[in-house]
Amino acid sequence: MSSRLATEIAGLKLKNPTMLAAGILGLSGSFLRRIAEAGAGAVVTKSVGLKPRVGYPNPTVAQVDCGLLNAMGLPSPGIHNFGEEIKEAKKGGVPIIVSIYGFSPEDFAEVARVAVKEGADALELNISCPHVEKTGSEIGQNPRLVAEVVREIKNKVDKPVFVKLTPNVADIALLAETAVKAGADAITAINTVRAMTIDIETTRPLLANRIGGLSGPAIKPIAVRCVYEIHRRVDAPVVGCGGATTWQDAVEFMLAGASAVQIGTAVAIEGLDIFKSVAGGIQAYLKKMGFGSVKEIVGLSHQH
Amino acid sequence: MSVYPTSINRPRIVRIQRIREENPKVKTFIFQDKHCAEAKPGQFVMVWIPGIDEIPMSLSSINPDGLSSITVADVGEATRSLHQGKVGDVLGIRGPYGNSFALASGKAMIVGGGTGLAPLLPLAKSLTKLSAKTHFLAGAKTRDELFFLERIKKAVSKVEFTTEDESYGVKGLVTDLAEQILKKEKFNMIYACGPEKMMLRMLLLAEQYNTPFQASLERYVRCGIGICGSCCVGEYRVCKDGPVFSDKQLGKARSEFGLFKREADGSRVSF
Repeated sequence: MSSRLATEIAGLKLKNPTMLAAGILGLSGSFLRRIAEAGAGAVVTKSVGLKPRVGYPNPTVAQVDCGLLNAMGLPSPGIHNFGEEIKEAKKGGVPIIVSIYGFSPEDFAEVARVAVKEGADALELNISCPHVEKTGSEIGQNPRLVAEVVREIKNKVDKPVFVKLTPNVADIALLAETAVKAGADAITAINTVRAMTIDIETTRPLLANRIGGLSGPAIKPIAVRCVYEIHRRVDAPVVGCGGATTWQDAVEFMLAGASAVQIGTAVAIEGLDIFKSVAGGIQAYLKKMGFGSVKEIVGLSHQH
Repeated sequence: MSVYPTSINRPRIVRIQRIREENPKVKTFIFQDKHCAEAKPGQFVMVWIPGIDEIPMSLSSINPDGLSSITVADVGEATRSLHQGKVGDVLGIRGPYGNSFALASGKAMIVGGGTGLAPLLPLAKSLTKLSAKTHFLAGAKTRDELFFLERIKKAVSKVEFTTEDESYGVKGLVTDLAEQILKKEKFNMIYACGPEKMMLRMLLLAEQYNTPFQASLERYVRCGIGICGSCCVGEYRVCKDGPVFSDKQLGKARSEFGLFKREADGSRVSF
C-alpha cells in the first residue's frame, strides 16, 4: 500500500483508513490478528465489560433486506479474561482498539484501566448499544452521563479514547460536542439503529430480545449524515461506521468528514478481503482525482 | 432490493414430519425443506425453536426429495425442548451453512464418536456413491450411546464398533482401533467427527501415518454467517471457514484445537 493511504487518528498511525468495526469477529485474539493480516488499518474488539456476561439467547442475529439485525446482549468474557486475546491480536501489527462498556462511570474506568494494562492501543467507548438496559445508548443519549463517563476514563488512562455514538438521538452532534469537551480524542459514528423484525408465520419477533440494532447498507445514508453533522460541529477526528461495503462508500464517509471508516456487516457478505479491496479502491480514487494523501479528502464535501 | 441471500438466511418455517428415537438420549427429527435438499454432507443448519433458542445442527440426512433431518442429543435447554416436541411442531431452519467434507475417491476411513455420527452418515453414503471403499469406525462409552448402526452397515462395506465397556463391538477406544488398522493398511483420507480430544488424537494419527485428514468441529454459534466471532477456533470460524477443517488448517489452529473452546460469554473452557 502506498503512503497516500497512511493516516493518523488521535495519535494512532494507520497504514490505511479502514478498520474492523466493534462487535464483528472481535472476541478471539487469533481472529483479530487474521483480520489485521487481511489488511485492516486497525481493529476494534467486541465490546468487553467488567464481568463475564453471557448475552441473550439465540436468535441474536436476523436477516432483513439490505441489512442485519442483531441483539447479542453484550456477551463478553470480562476484561480480566481478555488479556490473552489482546496480546494475540497485537501480533497482527496494527493498532488494537478495545471496545468497552460499563454500567457506571466507575465500571467504564476500571475496564479501561485493565484494557490499557493488557496492551490496548486505544479505547472505544460503547455508549451506543441499542438493546441492553442501563448501559449503551441509555448512557449515550444523556449528555450528562456521556461527559461523566468520558471524564472518568480520561482521568484513569492515557491512551486515546474514541467515543462511539448512537444515531437514536435528536441531535447527534450535540452528544459529540459533549464527549469532545469532556476529553474524547475521537468520535465513532454510528452504532446500529434500533429496529425489529417479526416472523409472520409464527407471529413472533425473530430476535430473542425482540428489539435489536440494524446494521448494513440500510443505515449508510443515516451514518453519512451523522458524520457530516458531527464533523461540522467538532474539531476532533470522526470515524465513520454504518453500512460501508465498497470503496465508494468509504470515500463518501470521508468526504462527509470521516478520517477513517469502519467495516462490519459487509465482512459477512464480502469476506475478509474487503479491507484490501476498499483500501485499494480508495488509493485508485486518490490517484485519479489527484490527491496526494487520503487526509486531503476528509470533510471535502463541506466546502459546497 | 436485497443485497443479502435472504432466502438462505431468514428462518424457513417447517413442521416436524417424523421423529425417530435413536437411543435413550438421541432423537432424529425429519422435516421437508428445499434448501436442505441441496445441502452437502458436513453442512449445518441453524434450527430455531421458537421462544426457546436457535442452535446449530449438522444435517444427518439429505435427500433430493426434500426430506432432511437433524439428529439431536438431549444435552441442554434447547435440545431438551426439541426432545419434548412432537410431530407437527414448528421449527425455523436457516442455512445450510458452512463448507462440507471434501469427497476423496479410493480408500477412506471414517471415525465417529457420540453424536459426531450425525454428519458422518450422509458422508458415508456419498463416498459409497463415489465408489470409494469406506471403513467406518464408530465408538461410544456403551451400547446405549451408539446409534445409526443398521444404516451405517447398509451405507458402507466395512463397519466396526467400539464400546469402552464392551457392551457392543470391540472393547476400548475408537482411536485405538483406528491406530491398529492404520498400522496395517493405507488410506487415502481419514474423516472424523466427535469429541474434540478424539479428533485431536485422530489428527496426530493421521500425521503419523501420513494420511490426509478432515474433521468436523463444533462450537457455540450465534450468527451462522461468519460475522459475530462466537465460534472461532484459532484464526478460523467454524460457521464460515468450517465446520470441516483439513489437517493443514487444524495444524495452524493447534493452540486451540483439542484444548479449549469459547463459551457463550467468550471465555475459554478446556476440553
